[in-house]
Amino acid sequence: MNDWTIAIIKVVFIWSWTLLIATIMTWVERRGSALIQDRLGPNIAGPFGLFQPLADGIKLFTKEEFAPKHAHKILFTLGPVLFAVQAFSAYAVIPFGDKIVINAKEIVLQVADVNIGFLFVLAVGSLAVYGFVVGGWGSNNKYSLLGGLRATAQLLSYEVPLGLAMLAVCMTYSSFSLREISLDQAGTFLGFLPNWGFFKQPLGFLVFLVAAFAEANRVPFDLPEAESELVAGYHTEYGGMRLGLYLFGEYVNLYTLSALMVTIYFGAWHLPYIDMSAYLSPFAYGIASFVVFFLKCAFFLWLFVWVRWTIPRFRFDQLMGLGWKSLIPLGLLNLFVTAFFIQISL
Amino acid sequence: MGPVKQRIANEDYVTINVGPSHPAMHGTLRAIAYVSGETVLGTDLEIGYLHRGVEKLGENLTYHQFIPITDRLNYCSAIANNVSYEMAVEKLMGLEVPEKAQLIRIIMTELSRIADHIVLVGILGVDLGAFTPFFYLFIQREEIYEIFEWYNGARLTNTFGRIGGVEAPLPEDFEERWSKLKKGLDKAIGETDKLLTHNRIWMDRTIGVTPISADDALNWGFTGPCLRACGVKRDLRKDEPYSLYHQFDFEIPTGKHGDVFDRYMVRMIEMRESVKIIDQAFAMYKELGPDEPLMAKVPKIIRPPEGEVYHAIESPNGELGFYIKSDGTDKPYRIKIRPPCYMIFQAFDELIQGEMISDLIACLSSLNIIAGELDR
Amino acid sequence: MALKDSVLKVLGKKALAFDETAGSLFVEVPKEHIVACLTLLKNELGFDFLSDLFGVDNSALYEKKKKKKKKKGEESEENGGSVQEEPVPPRFEVIYLLLNLETNQRLQVRIRVPENDLTVESATGLWKGANWPERECFDMFGIKFRGHPYLKRLLMWDEFPAHPLRKDYPLEGMGEERELVYEPEGEGHWT
Repeated sequence: MNDWTIAIIKVVFIWSWTLLIATIMTWVERRGSALIQDRLGPNIAGPFGLFQPLADGIKLFTKEEFAPKHAHKILFTLGPVLFAVQAFSAYAVIPFGDKIVINAKEIVLQVADVNIGFLFVLAVGSLAVYGFVVGGWGSNNKYSLLGGLRATAQLLSYEVPLGLAMLAVCMTYSSFSLREISLDQAGTFLGFLPNWGFFKQPLGFLVFLVAAFAEANRVPFDLPEAESELVAGYHTEYGGMRLGLYLFGEYVNLYTLSALMVTIYFGAWHLPYIDMSAYLSPFAYGIASFVVFFLKCAFFLWLFVWVRWTIPRFRFDQLMGLGWKSLIPLGLLNLFVTAFFIQISL
Repeated sequence: MGPVKQRIANEDYVTINVGPSHPAMHGTLRAIAYVSGETVLGTDLEIGYLHRGVEKLGENLTYHQFIPITDRLNYCSAIANNVSYEMAVEKLMGLEVPEKAQLIRIIMTELSRIADHIVLVGILGVDLGAFTPFFYLFIQREEIYEIFEWYNGARLTNTFGRIGGVEAPLPEDFEERWSKLKKGLDKAIGETDKLLTHNRIWMDRTIGVTPISADDALNWGFTGPCLRACGVKRDLRKDEPYSLYHQFDFEIPTGKHGDVFDRYMVRMIEMRESVKIIDQAFAMYKELGPDEPLMAKVPKIIRPPEGEVYHAIESPNGELGFYIKSDGTDKPYRIKIRPPCYMIFQAFDELIQGEMISDLIACLSSLNIIAGELDR
Repeated sequence: MALKDSVLKVLGKKALAFDETAGSLFVEVPKEHIVACLTLLKNELGFDFLSDLFGVDNSALYEKKKKKKKKKGEESEENGGSVQEEPVPPRFEVIYLLLNLETNQRLQVRIRVPENDLTVESATGLWKGANWPERECFDMFGIKFRGHPYLKRLLMWDEFPAHPLRKDYPLEGMGEERELVYEPEGEGHWT
């Protein structure tokens, strides 16, 4: 197997995997919300409603593709396409496990180990704004436009704290490459704490978590698609597969952000205090690292769902105030404190 | 067009139409919001989408035939409307309703008050993004509906009571149903309280949003929880006691600023007070024997003497009054309904000026505007 | 009754008649002095809460009374009396429901509005809450309120040709339909 084949297999695998997770997330969202709200949720399509995402997917695929009369023909379709493309591309540099050995060939479980890894993620992530604003404008609808504008302001504002938190992580581990950051999180520091980003950067994690909620457009930051205020915000006029692209893109974004959080703050595939590679064969170790990574991601995905159904949403000025007046100063403070600790070589 | 549009003719604004069909609306009403950025410059209000000519209908139906129509006024708490109308006719005729019937009326009115407040708190949560308390509370509302259905067969629009009393005693298993409901309500209201009242985001969204001073509120004709939220301690059950309310021990909660948070808290506390009233009323009811009369002596065809009367009760929304003019025949000459949210909704433009679009939705939800009552 | 006396004292000659049914006190004042009377009642007697404001069409009542009198008149004519022609009383009346927040007393103020002079001075200067009730009165009966900030129809659509709560308007309506003309008012496709 030459490198080209391996690369193509990795790309196909990661693409299908994220799509699969996105579809399973719709099921988790609906059953999870039902669990929280003291009701049943989908339980008819298959055992425990497990075929519900399949039914939803078929419904979205086979719906009539309509566009409002005066919608801009190109922009109306371009919006969701841009959004989906961005969502899938961002995962290219995030590892999903350590190494795996197949037929004496070592394969790194990461599509592209670029040495400016996290910059790539940030850059591709900011393309999400185009998806919202193009879709909102192209719909020829005041509600969509308002939703698109709100989404733009929100996403742009919250990228700054996201970047600041990640910058501090890069300072701590002296690298931009996500694989090196993951590898660096083995072992312990201060004697008993694992070398994870969460223990080295607690404030940074908090800032990153809140900014991740805002970047993913999830409650409490879901104003762009606030149901009761703007009908459905930027995707008011969408139906069929275009809406499907928006919704799946949102879940893929969610998965990307969870994976990012796990990679830089929760030790990627490392178990605390246990070095798996010492006990398992290289092939099994590869599989085990993938499983551990995924379980950690699953926890964060559940956290997103949990928070959505628990707390109300912000008003727009409060949201902007939180981003600019609270998170950015905290992110900067975190940078200074990190720099200080690095200087005294902790 | 509307008065607000004339007022802001020289400013730069975008028209956002909220309603008549919109996920947040309480019934069919239209608020044309003139928005500059995210700030609302004013709203023109258009009502009348649900105008059914109830008052004209009343002039062509007998007194008893009008009772089902009063159900459809405030359909979230139909029993309060029925009781208000029946009491107005009884006042006109000078009837004395027996004690057992009055107790049943009080118990049912308070249950419907709890149901109405549950709707408001749940929908306010949904409009602001907190989806879960809605489910916890509405499960209890289903239990209340079960009691209503067990009583006379209808869940939502119960044509409750007759002129002169009520039609049936409480069902035999009311005690068990009530104790189960009481526990469930306590738990649901407690959980909603924990989820919302001290939640930082909820407080940010509701405290200080569209406050109104007590003087302004009285000038506009506010009554009910929206007035009590401004700090005015007025409740018709205490100020002009009707029926047997003077015998019960309950508190009247008041707010301070009249903002969305106060209106929400007043209703939460009122739900608990209603539970207390039902407890006391049911204790009195149990002492009465099964042979007590349920209706006063009323002729088959009701012909009140000539005259006019106005009677109001404290419905969940405020002062719901009926003016009935009789000309001696079996059909009323003129019925005028004084809907509480009619006077409250007039003030909406003044309330919402200068606030943001999200506040418009929060304010509209907190005022408990029910289109059936508004338009009649 | 104490309330009747104090109202008589405050309004003096303006209180034309008193009615009391089942504990509700009605006082009739002349149409031209309504706002002055309401101001007096508000400031002197403390009736500072306007509960409601609405109209009544008495034409059917007068028809019935006229028929009764005619019948009586015919009977008395047979007995040798004479028929007297009564002047037509004013067709409409507007009733204001006032409430005293301190003493919790209610007072109903009534004015008679003849059909040929349907203008009444608006109470919106005293209470902002009189706004919509007066619009509804105009909508349902045709009584115009002078000085109202925006007297247009409220519950029916703006171009509705009749006044529905009048007694000569049938219950089934007269088949009016609304022509929905959609005009985006020059803002292009945005509405």
